[in-house]
Amino acid sequence: MVVDSYRFLPRSFRPLYEGRGAFPGEEEPVWTHFAKRLADSRIALLTSAGIYLKASQPSFDLDSERGRPEWGDPTWRSIPATARPAEFAVAHLHINDEDVLADPEIALPMRGLHQLVDEGLVGGTVPNHVAVMGYQDRRLTDWHRTTAGEIATYLREQGADGLILAPA
Amino acid sequence: MPVLARWIEAAGIPTVVVTMMPAVAEERRTPRIVGVEFPFGHAFGMPNDRAMQRRVLELALRVLAGASAFGTRVDLDVEWPVPLREAYRAWQPKEPSPIVKKLLESGSR
Repeated sequence: MVVDSYRFLPRSFRPLYEGRGAFPGEEEPVWTHFAKRLADSRIALLTSAGIYLKASQPSFDLDSERGRPEWGDPTWRSIPATARPAEFAVAHLHINDEDVLADPEIALPMRGLHQLVDEGLVGGTVPNHVAVMGYQDRRLTDWHRTTAGEIATYLREQGADGLILAPA
Repeated sequence: MPVLARWIEAAGIPTVVVTMMPAVAEERRTPRIVGVEFPFGHAFGMPNDRAMQRRVLELALRVLAGASAFGTRVDLDVEWPVPLREAYRAWQPKEPSPIVKKLLESGSR
């Protein structure tokens, strides 16, 4: 089956995505070889669903986005692999958050990944996964200048051998 | 998200993007792609459907670790179990996002 990339997108949004080509300056291939066996690898997850820990972390900044609709909060949150779903909140104005709150595994499958570690398919997980809020200014200025490098450093420090990213 | 993946990949960490819009991820030159025909906000499937979520995660891991070339895309052969019209309505926010609100207002003027 070949996925229809526009099945769930409002029809009027399609031209915003289709046929736009590469992001400026990002035309060339980038590639890092996955060197190890999965069973010896440490895997990290990244979601753009705007998940954060409601007791200890600030929300993504939705008030500023309401004031400046072209802007999205470019910061990121560290999500402990041991966090429980009840500790999560979601800040994302572009999706209905009910299902993510009911079962965060649909955006950040930390328990599913643990299961595969327990079964020996995967070597391990990083102690802390990563969450961002996916709606960003069109030029991705802050993500490029700051966020991407910070996340890469954070994952490297945790010994990540690979990263699974999932947009909301 | 495809561009974020590229920047992290360039920093030396292999990446795979699990996305509802794999054709767009290809256009954006994403290193490894898993396509899912799921509503937005549901990259790994239906809430509490552990079997479906596991299929997505296992495919993502297989593509992450086993893809041999830049731009590898593999789509998941799973149909969303909710009728389209209902699923289309269900993923959208209860009120339009600020940018959509702004576009609607400018269109109605």
